[in-house]
Amino acid sequence: MKKNNLILYGVLLVLGLAAPFLFPAFKVQISFMLILIILAMTWDVQGGQMGYNSFGNILFFGIGMYLCASIQIGMFFPLAEWTESGGEKTFLHTPTQYFQGLAVGLVFAAIVPAIVAALIGYGILGLRGHYFAICTLGLGIAAGEIAGGIELIGAGQGMTTPPWPKGIGDTELRAEFFYYICFALLIATFSFLNWAYKKRFGLVLNAIRDNEDKAEAMGIHTMRYKIVGWVVSAFFVGLAGGLVGNIVGYIEPIEVAFDGREMGVFMVLMAILGGKGTLWGPVIGASAFHIFKEGFWTFFLGWQYVALGFLIVVIVVFFPEGFMGWLREKYPERFGEVIDEADRKAQVELK
Amino acid sequence: MNKISKLLVTILSAIALAFTSVSSSFAKVEGEYIVLGAAVSLTGKYSTNGKHTQNGYNLAVERINSKGGVKVGGKSYKFEIIYYDDESNSKRAAQLAERLIKQDGIKYMLGPYSSGLTKAMAPVTEENKIPMVEANGASRSLFTKGYKYLFAVLSPANQYLEVAIDLAVEKNGGKPVNIAMAFEQDAFSQDVRLGIVDAAKRTGSKITIDDKLPKELNDMAATLAKVKATKPDVLVVSGHSKGALTAIRQIAEMKVDVPMLAMTHCDASKLAKQHGKKSEYALCAAQWHKTLSYKDKFFGNGKKYDKDFTKEYGYAPPYQAAESSAALLVYKDAFERANSFDTEKLRNALAKTDMQTFYGNIKFGSGGQNTAKPMVLFQVRCKGDKCENKVVAPTKWASAKLVHPVPSWSKR
Amino acid sequence: MDYLIFKAPILMVQASMDGILLGILFALIAYGMALQWGVMNIINIAQGDLVIMGGYIAYFMYVAGIHPAFGIIVSPIIMYFVGWGLYKLVINKVVDRDLFISILATFGISILMQQLMNFVFGADVVVAQSNFGTTMLFDNSVTLPNSKIFSAIVSVVFAIFLIIYMKRSKLGRAIRATAQNARAAKILGVDTEKVYAATFGINAALCGVAGALIAITFTLHPYVGLPYTVRSFMIVIVAGLGNLPGVALSGMGLGVFEEFADYILGTEFRIGAVFTLLVLILVYRRFKLSKKREYLK
Repeated sequence: MKKNNLILYGVLLVLGLAAPFLFPAFKVQISFMLILIILAMTWDVQGGQMGYNSFGNILFFGIGMYLCASIQIGMFFPLAEWTESGGEKTFLHTPTQYFQGLAVGLVFAAIVPAIVAALIGYGILGLRGHYFAICTLGLGIAAGEIAGGIELIGAGQGMTTPPWPKGIGDTELRAEFFYYICFALLIATFSFLNWAYKKRFGLVLNAIRDNEDKAEAMGIHTMRYKIVGWVVSAFFVGLAGGLVGNIVGYIEPIEVAFDGREMGVFMVLMAILGGKGTLWGPVIGASAFHIFKEGFWTFFLGWQYVALGFLIVVIVVFFPEGFMGWLREKYPERFGEVIDEADRKAQVELK
Repeated sequence: MNKISKLLVTILSAIALAFTSVSSSFAKVEGEYIVLGAAVSLTGKYSTNGKHTQNGYNLAVERINSKGGVKVGGKSYKFEIIYYDDESNSKRAAQLAERLIKQDGIKYMLGPYSSGLTKAMAPVTEENKIPMVEANGASRSLFTKGYKYLFAVLSPANQYLEVAIDLAVEKNGGKPVNIAMAFEQDAFSQDVRLGIVDAAKRTGSKITIDDKLPKELNDMAATLAKVKATKPDVLVVSGHSKGALTAIRQIAEMKVDVPMLAMTHCDASKLAKQHGKKSEYALCAAQWHKTLSYKDKFFGNGKKYDKDFTKEYGYAPPYQAAESSAALLVYKDAFERANSFDTEKLRNALAKTDMQTFYGNIKFGSGGQNTAKPMVLFQVRCKGDKCENKVVAPTKWASAKLVHPVPSWSKR
Repeated sequence: MDYLIFKAPILMVQASMDGILLGILFALIAYGMALQWGVMNIINIAQGDLVIMGGYIAYFMYVAGIHPAFGIIVSPIIMYFVGWGLYKLVINKVVDRDLFISILATFGISILMQQLMNFVFGADVVVAQSNFGTTMLFDNSVTLPNSKIFSAIVSVVFAIFLIIYMKRSKLGRAIRATAQNARAAKILGVDTEKVYAATFGINAALCGVAGALIAITFTLHPYVGLPYTVRSFMIVIVAGLGNLPGVALSGMGLGVFEEFADYILGTEFRIGAVFTLLVLILVYRRFKLSKKREYLK
C-alpha cells in the first residue's frame, strides 16, 4: 500500500513540476485549477469532514486578496493615491520592491484571515446546520458589499495589483512563477491535511459530523476543534486569495475578491462531485469540474450555463455521493471498510 | 483506492491533452481570414449591452467583408471574430483574454462591454503586447496608465455629462449651480461621477447630494426623497440600463421636480419607448446619434447605419452598437496602412489613426483615448404619446432647442 | 455618516413607510420560502428566478395591452403549474435528502431558468406601467408611489388568504400534517407526493404574485432574481424556521432597517449593513441559547 502511494505521489509531483513545459499555453489555466483544488479541499474540512456546510470561506479569500495587494502597494507607495479615481496614477515597482512586497503581503494574507477565523469562530461556529450555512453566507455577502464601499481599496471601481516589474522576463516567466507558487501551496495544503486527518483531529471532525451532541457528551471540546479547523482553512484560503489577486491583476470586490457564486457554490459542487469527506474527493472534483467548464464552455457559447445547470441537477440527483462515494459503494474493501453480508441483507427499507 | 486514483489522474490528463490539440490554434491569419478575438457579455447583468456590442461587431464584419475586405500585401482578406462569453464578470474576462491570447493564439483583440471588464482585460493584452481596439470601456483610468496597445474609439467617461453641467451653469446666468447625483458603484459610472466632480470644481458649483445607487434592488427612493428635500438645480443619475429605467420610473412616481435631469444609457435601455411621456425632458449623454453628419464609405451616414442595423437585427442601434462597428473600421484602416500582420507594425499604424467614420472622427491620444470626438447630449421630446431623442448639444448638430428648466410635474 | 435624516425628521417617516412597503412585498416571497422549507426541507435558490418569471408574465400581458395589475391573478395560475412541473421533474428526487443537495439542485434549476429566460425573453431590462399615480402625505414631503401601496395591500391579502386556506382547507391541513411529521401523515393516509407538489406549486404561485407586483414597481431582467432569493431566506432565518407570523414582522423590520441604513450609512453600505445585521442576530441568538445549553434548530 505504502509503495503504491509513493509512486502515485511521485508521478503527480513530476507531472506538476513539468506541466508548464508540457502545456505552455495553459500555465495560467492550470494555476487556476490548482487554486480551485485548494479551495475545494479547505471547504471540505468544514463541509465534508465536519458536516458544517460553509458558504463563508470566501471571506478569508477576499481578505487575503485585498490585504496582500494593499501591502504590496502600501509598502512603497501611498495606497490612497494608487486607488484614487479608479486608479489613474501609475506607480512602478522595481523588481526588489515587487518581490519583497509580494512576500510580506502573502505572509499577512495567510495570518490575518487565520486570526479573523479564530476571533469570530466562537460565535459563528456555535450555530448549527442551516443557520450556520446562512450565517456564513451573510458574512460572505456583507464582506463583499462592505469592501465595495471602502474608498481606500478602490470601492466599486476596484483595484489593480502591481504589474510584473519590467526588465526581468516576460509574461511566460510571470506565469511560470505564479504557477510554481500555486503548486507549492497545493502541496503544502494537501500534505498538511493528509497528515492532520490521520491524527485525532480528523477523528474528532468526523465525530462532530456524525453526532456532535454525543461527541460533546463524551467529553470532547468540540468548539476547540471546530475553531482550529476553521483557522486552518482560513490560512490556506487567505494565501490562495493573495495569489489569485496577483494572477488576475485586477481586484473587484464582488466579482474577484468575494466571488460568492464561483467560490461559494462551485466549491461546494466540486467537493460533492468528487466526494465529500475524503482527501482525494475535492481534488478530483475540482479538477474534473474545471476541465469540464473550460473545455465545454467554448463549445456551448451562450448556453454554457444551461449545460452546467443540467450537469448540476444530474450530479446532485443521481450522484450525490460524488465519484469517490460511488467508488466507495462499489469497492468498500479498498477503503478499509468491512461489510457484514448478513447485516446488509437484514436492512429493511421504507419506501 | 490508489490504483483507481492513479487511473483517474491519467484519464483526466489524457482529456486535458486532447483539449490542447483540438481546441486551439486559431492563430492570427488562417487562409483568407484575419482572426480577431473578443470576450462579450452574452449572459449576466450586462447581457443587454453585450448583445448590442456583438451585433455591432458582426454587422461591421459582414459589411467590410462584402465590400472587398481588407487588403494586405496585395491580397484581400476577410475578418472573422472568435467570441467567448465573459458572463459580465471581470475575473472571467481576464481569464478569457489570457485564453484567447495564449491558447487560441489570437493576435488582435476587440474590447468587451463595460469599463470594469475592459480594465480587467487591459493588463493582459498590454503585457502580451497584443493590440486591443475597444469600443465600450470609457473609464479615464484606462488611459492614464501609459498603455501602448490599447485603443478606444469612444470618448472617455468623464466627458459624458460635463457638458450638461456647463449648460446648466450657462442657463443659470453663468452662476454656479447645486448638483445632486447618484451613481452605480462600477468603474464606468464612478468615472462619469469624476467628470461631474471636475466640472463642479471648474464652475464653482456645489455638490449637495453624492449618493450611490443600490446595486441589486432597483430602488432609489431614499436618494429622491433627499433630492425633494434639498431642491438642487441639476440631478445626475448614471447606472446603466437598470439605473436609467428605475430613475425615470421613480422620479415620475415621486414627482421629483428638478430643473435639469441628466442621465446615461437612455437609448440602450429604450427609455423613451418604455416610459413614454414620463421620460420627457430627460437629458441624455450619448457617444453618437443617428442624426449627426459624419459619414464613411462602408455605412454611409448615421441614418443609413440606423436603417441597416434595424433591418438586420429588428431594433434601432444604440450607440454601444455603433461604436462597436466603428472598431472594425479602425482595424481595417490600420491593417491597410501597416500593410502587414505584424503586431508591432499594426500597433504603430493604429496609433497614427486619423479618420472619419459614420460614428465620428477617430484620432488616438497618447494614452489610447479618442481625442477627436465630442460627446452628444440629447433630450427626450414627445408628441402626444410618441417620444423621441432629439440632439440639443453641440449646437451645430442640434435638431431641437434645449428645454430648460424642465416643467414641473404638476404642469405635465 | 449622513445626518440629513435627523435634520429633516420627516424623512424618517418616508424611510419607515418605504421600508414597510418593501418589507411586506419581500415577506410574501419569504412566506413561500418558509412554506417549502418547513414542509419539504428544501431551500429554493431558484425562488428569485420564479419571481422574475412571474414578473415577465405580467410584463407580456402589459405588452399585449392588458393592464399588468391583472397579472396578480394570471401569473400565480401559470406559475403554479410551472412549480408543479418543476417538482415532478427534479425536486421530488431531492426531497428526502440532505438539505445541501436541495440547495445545489435548485441552484442548477436557477441558472437554467436564467439562461432560458435570457434566450426566450431577451436580454433587455424591461418595465411594465401601472399608471397608478402617487399618494402624497404631510404636505407633499412624503411621497408614496401607489404601485408600492398596491403591492403591499395585495401581499397582505394573499398572505391572509393563504393562512386561512392552510387552517381550513383539506389540502392545507394535509400540508401542515406533512410538515409536522411526514411519515405519520403518510401512515394516516395523506398522499405526501401530492402534498409536496402542491406546496411547491403554491410557492411558485406566491412568487408569481410577487413578480407581477415587481414588474409594475421595479424593473425586470433575466439575471436579477438572486437578490430576491437571498432576501427571502434571510427573512425566514431571522424570523426563525417555523415562525410564520414572524416572517411578516421580520420582513418589515429588515425593510425599515435597510432604508434607515441607506440614509445614515449611505447607499453603498445598505446591503452590507443588512447582512451584518443578519450575522449579528444569529450570533446573538446562539449565545442566548447556549446559556441554556441549547442551539438553534
